[in-house]
Amino acid sequence: MVRFLIRRLLTGVLVVWLISVIVFAIFFIAPHNVAQLLLGKFAAQNQQLVQTVTKQLGLDQPIWVQYAHFLNRLFHGDLGYSYYSHEPVTSLIKAALPITASLAIGAAIIWVVAGVLIGVLSATRPRSFTDRLATLFALIGLSFPTFVLGLLLLYFFFYQLHLAGVTFFPGGGYVPLTQNPGQWAQHLILPWITLAVASMAVYVRLTRGQMLEVLGEDYVRTARSKGLRPLRVTYRHGLRAALVPIVTQFGIDVATLLGGAIVTEQVFGLNGLGRMSVQAVTNQDEPVIIAVVLLAAVFVVVANIVVDLLYAVLDPRVRLS
Amino acid sequence: MSTTELFESAEVPTIDTSGTLGRSPWQLAWARLRRDRVALVCGAFIVLLGLVAAFAGPLSKLIGWSPTQQDRINGLTPDGLPAPPSVHHLLGTDNLGRDVLVRVIYGTRVSLAVGVAAAVAAVLIGVIVGLIAGYFGPAVDAIVSRLMDVVLSFPFLLFAIALVSVVGPSELVEIGVIAFFSWAAVGRIVRGQTLSIREKEYIEAARSLGASDRRIMFVDVLPNLVAPVLVYTTLLIPVSIVFEATLSYLGVGIIPPTPSWGNMISDAQDVYQQAWWFLLFPGIALIATTLAFNLLGDSVRDALDPRTERLFAK
Repeated sequence: MVRFLIRRLLTGVLVVWLISVIVFAIFFIAPHNVAQLLLGKFAAQNQQLVQTVTKQLGLDQPIWVQYAHFLNRLFHGDLGYSYYSHEPVTSLIKAALPITASLAIGAAIIWVVAGVLIGVLSATRPRSFTDRLATLFALIGLSFPTFVLGLLLLYFFFYQLHLAGVTFFPGGGYVPLTQNPGQWAQHLILPWITLAVASMAVYVRLTRGQMLEVLGEDYVRTARSKGLRPLRVTYRHGLRAALVPIVTQFGIDVATLLGGAIVTEQVFGLNGLGRMSVQAVTNQDEPVIIAVVLLAAVFVVVANIVVDLLYAVLDPRVRLS
Repeated sequence: MSTTELFESAEVPTIDTSGTLGRSPWQLAWARLRRDRVALVCGAFIVLLGLVAAFAGPLSKLIGWSPTQQDRINGLTPDGLPAPPSVHHLLGTDNLGRDVLVRVIYGTRVSLAVGVAAAVAAVLIGVIVGLIAGYFGPAVDAIVSRLMDVVLSFPFLLFAIALVSVVGPSELVEIGVIAFFSWAAVGRIVRGQTLSIREKEYIEAARSLGASDRRIMFVDVLPNLVAPVLVYTTLLIPVSIVFEATLSYLGVGIIPPTPSWGNMISDAQDVYQQAWWFLLFPGIALIATTLAFNLLGDSVRDALDPRTERLFAK
C-alpha cells in the first residue's frame, strides 16, 4: 500500500515536471516580444527601455537559466508577477481559486449523485417509462455544448423569469460562501447545472450499463434469495460493485471538469481561474497562464491518485501493488 | 467401424444454396444500418449539412447577403440592436446588422471542415501510435502508453487556449490543437486490440513467411481494427465540432469576421436578452449537428457489432 502510494506519487511528480517543461517551452518559443508588449507605445520611441525591461524580467538569459530561475522560485512558492496587472500571481490565484473550487466541486457532486441515481433507477426498471425518460435526458445532455446550455439557462431562468417578476436567479456574479451561504448557492445553482448536465448524461448511461450487468450476477441472486430487502440488494450489493468503473470515469473526467469550468465561468461572468486564464491569454500574460496550467496539472494528477486509492476502498478484490 | 470409415460412409447432405446469397460482414452491417430509421434520418441530415456547406456561396447569393455584409437600412433597429426575423432577414440580424441565416450557413462550413478534419487527423495519429504501442512489445508499449496517459490527463481546454495564444489562431492551428488532444483516446483503443491480435496464429504465420513488421501491422493487423476505428471516428466528429465551437466561443478559434457557430454565440452573449434569434439559431444548428452525429455513430456501432448495448436504446 505504502509502496504503491510512493510509486504513484513519483510518477505524478514526473508528469507534473514534464508538463512544466512543455509549458515553459511553449512560451519560450513564443514569437512575440514581452517587453515590447508591456511597454506598448513607449517601445517604439525607446529601444533602450525595451532592453532594460527585457533584462529586468530576465528574458535575455539562456532558456535553461530562465527555467532554473522559474523552478527555483516555484519551490519557494513564488509564481512571479502578472505582466498585466503587476500583482503577484499567487495572490491572483488565491482570489480566484475559491470561485472555481465552489463551481467545480458543486457541479461534480450534482453530476455524480444525480447521474448515478438516475442510472440505478433506469437499470432496476429497464425499458420502463423512467428508463426511456432517462435515456432521452442522456441523449439531449450529451449533445448540448456547455456554453449553449449556460446561455439558454440564463435566458430562461434569469431573463424570462425576471420579466415575469421572479428574481430568484441572479444573472451572474459570485458571493463568497463565508459571507452568505444562501446567496453563494443561489449564485451558483445555474452554473452548477450548466457544468453538470453533459457529464451527468455520461454517468447515467455508464451506471445503467454497469448495474444491468452486476444485477445479473450470481451473488446478487443469492442476496435476493436470502430475502434481503430489494433496496439493500440494489445499493449494497449491486451499486458498490458497479461503482468501480464509474470511479475510473471520474478520474478521466477531472480534466474535462476543468475545461467545462473555463467555459461556465465565461458564460456566467465568474472571476475564477478559468476566466482568469482566458483573460491572461488575451493579454499574453504568461506568468499567469503558466501558473494556472501547472496548478491544473497538479490537480489532475492528485485527483487521479485519489481515484486509484478509492478502488481499493470500493472493491476489496483490488490489491494495490 | 473406425472414425474414418464413419466419415466416408456418411452421406453428405446437400443444401440448396441457389436461393441464398453469401454476404460479407460489411454487407450485413450495411443492411442493418439501412433498416435503422434513426440512422437514415441522421445520415440524410448530415448529407444535407454537407450540401449546405458546399453550396454556401450560391445559397448566400440566393438569399441576397454575404456573410460579412452589413445591412445599413434594415440591419439594426433604431436603438442599434439586432433586427428580429423579418422579410428582409429570415432569421434576423446580428449585432453588426449582418444576416444570421447566411452566417449560420457559412458556419456549417467551418464546423464540418474543422470537425471532420480534426477527427480524421486524430484517428490517423491514434491508429499509427496505437499500432506501434501494441505491436512492438512491452518496452515501447510502456513509453508510448505513458505518453498517452499524460496527453489524456491534460486539462486540454486550458492547454489548447494557451497554445493558440502563442501560435496565433487560425483554422489550421485549430485542427491541429483538437487533433493533438484527441488522438490518445483512439491510440488506447487501437493499442488494446493490437495487443490481442498480435498473438494470433495467422500473425505468426505471416512472420514465418518473412513479412516485414510494417506489412504485418498494416496488412494483417489493421484491417481487423476498421470496425472500432470507424465507430470511434463517427463519435469523435461531434466532439471535435463542439471543441471547435468552444474554442471559437472563447475567442481562440475562428477569427471574426469569418462566421462560426461558436463566435456567433459569443457575440450573441451580450445581446441575447433583446435578440433571442441571434443566440438561438446558431445554437440549434450546433445542437442538431452534434445530435445527428452522435445518433449516427451509435447506429453504426450497432450495425457493426449488434452485441454491444446501444447508447440510446429504442
